[in-house]
Amino acid sequence: MTDNLMRVQPIRNGTVIDHIKAGRGQKILDTLNLVDKGTTITLLMHVPSKKNSSKDVIKIEDRELSDSESQKLALLSPKAHVNIIRNFVVAEKNVVPLPESISDMAICPNDNCISNNERGAKSKFSIINGDSLNIQCVYCGRKIAEDNIKFI
Amino acid sequence: MKHVVSISDLSKKQISSILKRAKELVPVAKGKKKSKSLDGKILATCFFEPSTRTRLSFETAMQRLGGTCIGFADPSATSHLKGETLVDGIKMVAGYADAVVLRHPQEGSAHLASENSEVPIINGGDGAGQHPTQTLLDLFTIKEEMKKLEGLNVGMLGDLRYGRTVHSLSHALAKFNNKLSFISPDSLSMPSHVTDDLSCKWSSHNSIDEVLNKLDVLYVTRIQKERFPDMEEYKKVAKAYIISSDLLKNAKSSMRILHPLPRVTEISTDVDNTKHAAYFRQAFNGVPVRMALLEQLLGGKK
Repeated sequence: MTDNLMRVQPIRNGTVIDHIKAGRGQKILDTLNLVDKGTTITLLMHVPSKKNSSKDVIKIEDRELSDSESQKLALLSPKAHVNIIRNFVVAEKNVVPLPESISDMAICPNDNCISNNERGAKSKFSIINGDSLNIQCVYCGRKIAEDNIKFI
Repeated sequence: MKHVVSISDLSKKQISSILKRAKELVPVAKGKKKSKSLDGKILATCFFEPSTRTRLSFETAMQRLGGTCIGFADPSATSHLKGETLVDGIKMVAGYADAVVLRHPQEGSAHLASENSEVPIINGGDGAGQHPTQTLLDLFTIKEEMKKLEGLNVGMLGDLRYGRTVHSLSHALAKFNNKLSFISPDSLSMPSHVTDDLSCKWSSHNSIDEVLNKLDVLYVTRIQKERFPDMEEYKKVAKAYIISSDLLKNAKSSMRILHPLPRVTEISTDVDNTKHAAYFRQAFNGVPVRMALLEQLLGGKK
């Protein structure tokens, strides 16, 4: 009984995404399409944190993130830590590095951009990590703030 | 320098060297001297959108240097309508020519073309995006008219929000350390994505009277009807930004007026015969500047 009352159960194998920007967890689940993949997932929101005042945490059982999922995660919450759990122990702990560019992963919001009009063209953005995180379409030059990125 | 997609692809040094060579080529552009520097070279002009000045000046430039042109001025005569992609079209044309000038209605098309072409792609305008050769000829005109390209106070007037020529020109003039004065109604003011990146001094004004007597150059652009939901509002705004010879009494006598053309009513025809009018010379300058660029890209003999 006590186990069921605990806020968080440890997982045997899988991935714990920690230090997610508070309130961003749901968007990460949606964008990475994690809930559709059939594994057990726990989302904790607004967990008190030493580093920031609060954070979100996602636990995914029996699965690790693919490269493209990691890159999307880095853009959605640049300071998130990814812990790989094997047999209840943290086997690897990484902050996912921001990629320099992303391809075929987001949509340019400019309807008149060639990337939205040419059959077979793939979108491509460079990452601009200044005071705030932005991506810039390499084709039409449109800049998009982190909050407004539309992932494919 | 392989492709010229955006003016930011060119360093200050590369720009200066193109302008210098353009000056030397003026007699050739006027047909007073002959050149064979691009003898045997073929330029493809692919215009998926009509443009008289850009296409004709590129074709003149190529032929004055002894080269020849192929191409189309109207996509309805091409496989584009059959559903051919731009990438397929460019790969084909790149096999026929030594360089390609591309005008296309969509932003980023020249960049996409450059990723898929063995031969140099020159952006001849991509939608509301870039038009680097217009910027080069604007810079050349300012340099020729003012005898320098640095330390000038350059006013830009009209539609600064949607006008791509003023966006690229602002960046380029900032590189050469000029002061920029933006004059427009609030609804058409210079967007922050342009001003944020400017490394020079600039100021914004609603009325030309605030700055006219300080300007060395005035770059005028057309205010387009389509930008206004209300015709009355358009007429009011357009009227407030008309340059007439009367208004110019307050300007420095050395001030020069530029305009990318075509002009409608924003510069009265009575300005044409004043010492301020430089816009027809500016249109001619498209030829020597494009000659200099073609020589650089195609390795012409000097």
